[in-house]
Amino acid sequence: MFEQTGIPERDMIIEKFPPVERIDRGPVAIVECYKRIPCNPCETACRFNAIRVGEDINNIPVTDHEACTGCKVCISKCPGLAIMAVDGSKSKETVEISLPYEFLPLPQKGDQVSALDRAGNFVARVRVVSVLNPKSFDRTPVITIEADRKHMYDIRNIRTEEH
Amino acid sequence: MKTTELLVIGGGPAGLCAALSAAESGASVTVVERNNRLGGQLIKQTHMFFGSREQYASTRGIDIAKILEAELIKYSRQIEVLTDTAVLGLYEDGVVNALYKEEDYFKIKPKAIVAATGAYEKSLAFPNNDLPGIYGAGAVQTLMNVYGVKPGNNVLMVGAGNIGLIVSYQLMQAGVRVAAILDAAPKIGGYLVHASKIARMGVPILCSHTVKEAIGKDCLEKAVICMVDERFSPIPGTEKELEVDVMCISVGLTPLCELLAMRGCEMKYVPQLSGSVPVRNERYETTIENLFVAGDASGIEEASSAMVEGRLAGLCAAAKMGYKPADFDERFKGYAAQLKALRSGPVGEHILRGIEQIVSKEDRHV
Ligand SMILES: Cc1cc2nc3c(=O)[nH]c(=O)nc-3n(C[C@H](O)[C@H](O)[C@H](O)COP(=O)(O)OP(=O)(O)OC[C@H]3O[C@@H](n4cnc5c(N)ncnc54)[C@H](O)[C@@H]3O)c2cc1C
Ligand code: SF4
Ligand code: SF4
Repeated sequence: MFEQTGIPERDMIIEKFPPVERIDRGPVAIVECYKRIPCNPCETACRFNAIRVGEDINNIPVTDHEACTGCKVCISKCPGLAIMAVDGSKSKETVEISLPYEFLPLPQKGDQVSALDRAGNFVARVRVVSVLNPKSFDRTPVITIEADRKHMYDIRNIRTEEH
Repeated sequence: MKTTELLVIGGGPAGLCAALSAAESGASVTVVERNNRLGGQLIKQTHMFFGSREQYASTRGIDIAKILEAELIKYSRQIEVLTDTAVLGLYEDGVVNALYKEEDYFKIKPKAIVAATGAYEKSLAFPNNDLPGIYGAGAVQTLMNVYGVKPGNNVLMVGAGNIGLIVSYQLMQAGVRVAAILDAAPKIGGYLVHASKIARMGVPILCSHTVKEAIGKDCLEKAVICMVDERFSPIPGTEKELEVDVMCISVGLTPLCELLAMRGCEMKYVPQLSGSVPVRNERYETTIENLFVAGDASGIEEASSAMVEGRLAGLCAAAKMGYKPADFDERFKGYAAQLKALRSGPVGEHILRGIEQIVSKEDRHV
């Protein structure tokens, strides 16, 4: 169905996630790029060599979750907006999820926003814990929200009240 | 009559790269662009591009146009740019006919030409497809991203290729609702990362669907859509009405190379390249000597490959005029390797099968 809807299946998503034990140690990138396309800025963006595309730029990127520091630079550099990050080190009940977000108005730290799944369905109301938008991110801000752990594999987008 | 060494027709990514590459080899170049600014399709592309670093991947299209324009300045003594100027005809005696601002006709006599005229949009036939509110994707993008005008409030996007997906995303960024994206094909044609971006905004992508008709008195009010079978025939009883004020038709581009056909270049219809394209040799020279082609005009592909093709065509055109740099072979091989890398995936394989049909190995012009 993915090729008809653009909505990845649950097992595809889980396969891209590192083990929970890694997530609990700190922020880590999840690269949801499922198909061969001629593209490699994720590899170029990562100073820690944590994403590899290799000689053939059509290869599907492979993430080394151990090498990843969770710096989030790749999130803003991926033209497919295919990268997110999760961090389970802050609490046992919640995870922080970082997502690229290219819409106005930008939410502010502390705002309540609606978290959406990969089909755009409402998942939960969540709190924004940070908004990264430095010049180097070139107009692809990265929003971090705090969510219940049970929604870790579901949340992939947000909607602000006005939108 | 105006004279120049290399005439580049079209100031899109392919034309600009051809000009830069020829100037780097030492040639003098005139770039003719019918729009009032350079950049071609790039000036409408607010999203980050794919590809790799050599083709400015991860940079937004609008910014790639700026990078190329800045590069032009480095060669300002060699490259002359004429905007608001359309080439109307190429003639047997080598004379080119051009029109400035739709009033002044003039002639140019170049030693060689690179045609980088890009593409035009295909349309779709259905009842009432001429109602106001029904646009091509290019028009919607131009309104929105060049002039800052919203085309409407509620859009049905027809076509789930990269252009349909990207323009849908840009419409949503502009605050316009996208009701649905439909495509007659059984699978999404564009990159799935683009499709996922749209899906998670809650916009349904409907494959195996088409537009049956448009309804409206003075302008578009409703679209009737329906499902299609494997042979793309509408399935009766599956009709649905959508209340939309804009329909955006994005069913593909086709190479714009009438000028080349008119000049007598041997043309060939190649489905993988999305239309009728000139037969050429490995140096991008058509069957008419000193007439080169590059970019979407020689087959619909991407800006990334259009830029590399432009560099190659400019390099080879300059060499043919006597500006063959010492590192010609190295540059040629380097660009060819970039193209090979870009075309090594599933989309590229398709393109390569098309290119095989137009590249003649034998050399008619030696
Ligand atoms: C919505 C959309 C999204 C895209 N996204 C991407 C992407 O993410 N990555 C990517 O690599 N590519 C992308 N592309 C494709 C890319 O824009 C084109 O492949 C590329 O612009 C082709 O370059 P070109 O120079 O051959 O043609 P164009 O950019 O079309 O330039 C041709 C130029 O020639 C001029 N011209 C035509 N005829 C004449 C004449 N007779 N006289 C004078 N001037 C003339 C035109 O005005 C135009 O400026 C996208 C395209 C669209 C529409
Ligand atoms: S988050 Fe930082 S370290 Fe991790 S993959 Fe992305 S760029 Fe590399
Ligand atoms: S930059 Fe993004 S879209 Fe491109 S290969 Fe990497 S993950 Fe995929």
